[in-house]
Amino acid sequence: MRHIISILLENEAGALSRVAGLFSARGYNIESLTVAPTEDSTLSRMTIVTAGSDDVIEQIVKQLNKLVDVVKLQELTEGAHIERELMLAKVKATGDAREEIKRLVDIFRGRIIDVTDSTYTLELTGTVEKLDAFVKALDMTEIIEVIRSGVTGIARGERALSA
Amino acid sequence: MELTGADIVVKCLQDEGIDYIFGYPGGAALHIYDALYRQDKVKHILVRHEQGASHAADGYARATGKPGVVLVTSGPGITNAVTGIATAYMDSIPLVVISGQVPTHLIGDDAFQEVDAVGITRPCVKHNFLVKDVKDLAMTMKKAFFVASSGRPGPVLIDVPKDVTANKTEYMYPRSVKMRSYAPVVRGHPKQIRKAADLLLNAKRPIIYTGGGVVSADAEETLRELVQLLGYPCTNTLMGLGAYPYNDSLFLGMLGMHGTYEANMAMHDCDVMLAVGARFDDRITGDLSKFSPFAKIVHVDIDPSSIGKNVKVEIPIVGDAKSILEDLVKELHSRKQQPEPGALKQWWKQIDEWRGIDCLNYDRNSEKIKPQYVVEKLHEVTQGKAFVTSDVGQHQMWAAQFYGFDKTRRWINSGGLGTMGFGLPSAMGVQLAYPDDLVCCITGEASIIMCIQELSTCKQYDLPIKIINLNNRYMGMVRQWQEFFYDRRYSHSYMDALPDFVALSESFGHRGLLVEKPSDVEGALKEAFAMRDQLVFLDFITDQAENVYPMIAAGKGHNEMHLNPGSGEPPQERELA
Repeated sequence: MRHIISILLENEAGALSRVAGLFSARGYNIESLTVAPTEDSTLSRMTIVTAGSDDVIEQIVKQLNKLVDVVKLQELTEGAHIERELMLAKVKATGDAREEIKRLVDIFRGRIIDVTDSTYTLELTGTVEKLDAFVKALDMTEIIEVIRSGVTGIARGERALSA
Repeated sequence: MELTGADIVVKCLQDEGIDYIFGYPGGAALHIYDALYRQDKVKHILVRHEQGASHAADGYARATGKPGVVLVTSGPGITNAVTGIATAYMDSIPLVVISGQVPTHLIGDDAFQEVDAVGITRPCVKHNFLVKDVKDLAMTMKKAFFVASSGRPGPVLIDVPKDVTANKTEYMYPRSVKMRSYAPVVRGHPKQIRKAADLLLNAKRPIIYTGGGVVSADAEETLRELVQLLGYPCTNTLMGLGAYPYNDSLFLGMLGMHGTYEANMAMHDCDVMLAVGARFDDRITGDLSKFSPFAKIVHVDIDPSSIGKNVKVEIPIVGDAKSILEDLVKELHSRKQQPEPGALKQWWKQIDEWRGIDCLNYDRNSEKIKPQYVVEKLHEVTQGKAFVTSDVGQHQMWAAQFYGFDKTRRWINSGGLGTMGFGLPSAMGVQLAYPDDLVCCITGEASIIMCIQELSTCKQYDLPIKIINLNNRYMGMVRQWQEFFYDRRYSHSYMDALPDFVALSESFGHRGLLVEKPSDVEGALKEAFAMRDQLVFLDFITDQAENVYPMIAAGKGHNEMHLNPGSGEPPQERELA
């Protein structure tokens, strides 16, 4: 089962490697990991997408809580939540494809953020499924490169993760 | 007053009440060594290899319950100490390790004796710090001692670059420290404790299984009270020996791979298990799918991640073992209900039947020295009062099975990591902490060689340790596995070209005794212990073919023990529900 774990941790050198090291040392899998400081510069917020049985996820949560740098964590997938991922894509845009790509970007509510005679650079945010669908729909043209940020997320409603 | 970082390190140690630190100097640590030179409150013990420093500090910590302190230099200084740090980590022993580091402006430049100490130790410390600003130094030291010795204890490393030890700042040692990201739970949840009491009182085939957590929580008195209140059988892990007295009738001995027949059978057949400060590791459980199939389990542990990691439990209780056991005893006292006497009687009858096979039996008429006999005699000669450290292998198991401990912190061994070379340096830490007590290191000829250089440290500080070398000219446990599981192909387990241990110890300025006949064992031990102020190396030439029994082979269940050929017939299996 796919799980999203959101972690509030001390914004200190080495905190990221403690988390990453824990996953590799104990053989847990990481699908994606994002991290950046929060509005409080002493804290970072990390979002990890992982997969495993309930027992494995329980161990992951306990082991993460055990790290001295981890202030709090929340399993987003336990409740209603919103998840988003940012994608930037550079695609070949020549001839008829130029117009078609623009229409497609509009349909997916993305944006064209850079243009040359032969390329478009696109920006799109959404769930993993939406981004996957967009990449699939781009089959009329050649993809030069795709960068995805990995998933971040937040709980719906009153539920929040703060120090 | 402004102090240099080096003076701050030493002042912090003084203010923390540290009497001994164990270390080895080198370039990046020289300012700190200079600060040590200019004071006499903190005594520095100069080891001969940094592995010895971390084991010695570890032995000190295990024997006293106070954190052990290590001071090493950068690069090879800290890498040599890593084995000892990992040893302490696996057994949850509080250590504070201070390592010198190259100056901050050289970090990352592949400077001379530079190594990423924080990176290398990360997987084997509870936490670690790199101090980049002298202003953070005192607070970091305070945090290190706090983290190392609270909650589930463990080693903490502080990496201090050389320029930080030269820079100056105002010194103030914080009285206490609070960390928003670290707050271990102490009290157990009252509802869980009530549920545990219900389950225990309704047990028909109960067992109380305890580990190192009872030792580190200093909960032995409370454990004894609980066991005697209920009249239930108790077994201790290798790490937990001494928590329940070895000679009490409610004690079943050690459990696990080389545990007693009665302890393992009782674990297998029990219907209710109270596990306290023990972590169900593979040497305890054997094959998990065959582990205690009838048991409802209460698991008390200060580390939530230990609970439910290997074995599913009915009632988890997170907190300090002592506090929870006290609450449990109170709860049981408040109940009218007693354990059902009929069922308990039946259970004890079964246990006594298992005891009847005498699983620790060995040939007492052998013409060769039996290692078990040496350990038994050691108990007699020391009246069971010695601190016993050990290395790793067969001798470690015989020490655990045959010495007989009735106090915690007397049995000091590397249980989790299984570090050969641990015995002698850890004995140094114990002897320094308790200069007037008897300290013995039960070892083998393979293990002792791994940290033999510490004989020199023992000479320098006049440490009258008694080394009990059970010399079978084999890496005994490796040989045993090769005998059982590799068709007696003794691949590289033979210790060829051994030194003359008597001459070796005498060359270090100690005494050595060679003992070759069973009839000389007792006399040699008495002679050695009569030399109160001398380290004596007793080299016992033991039976090469002796094996450790009982044994649960890897992948087997508790009821599938390999028994000593000399043991009685196991009783018939019964139907259980």
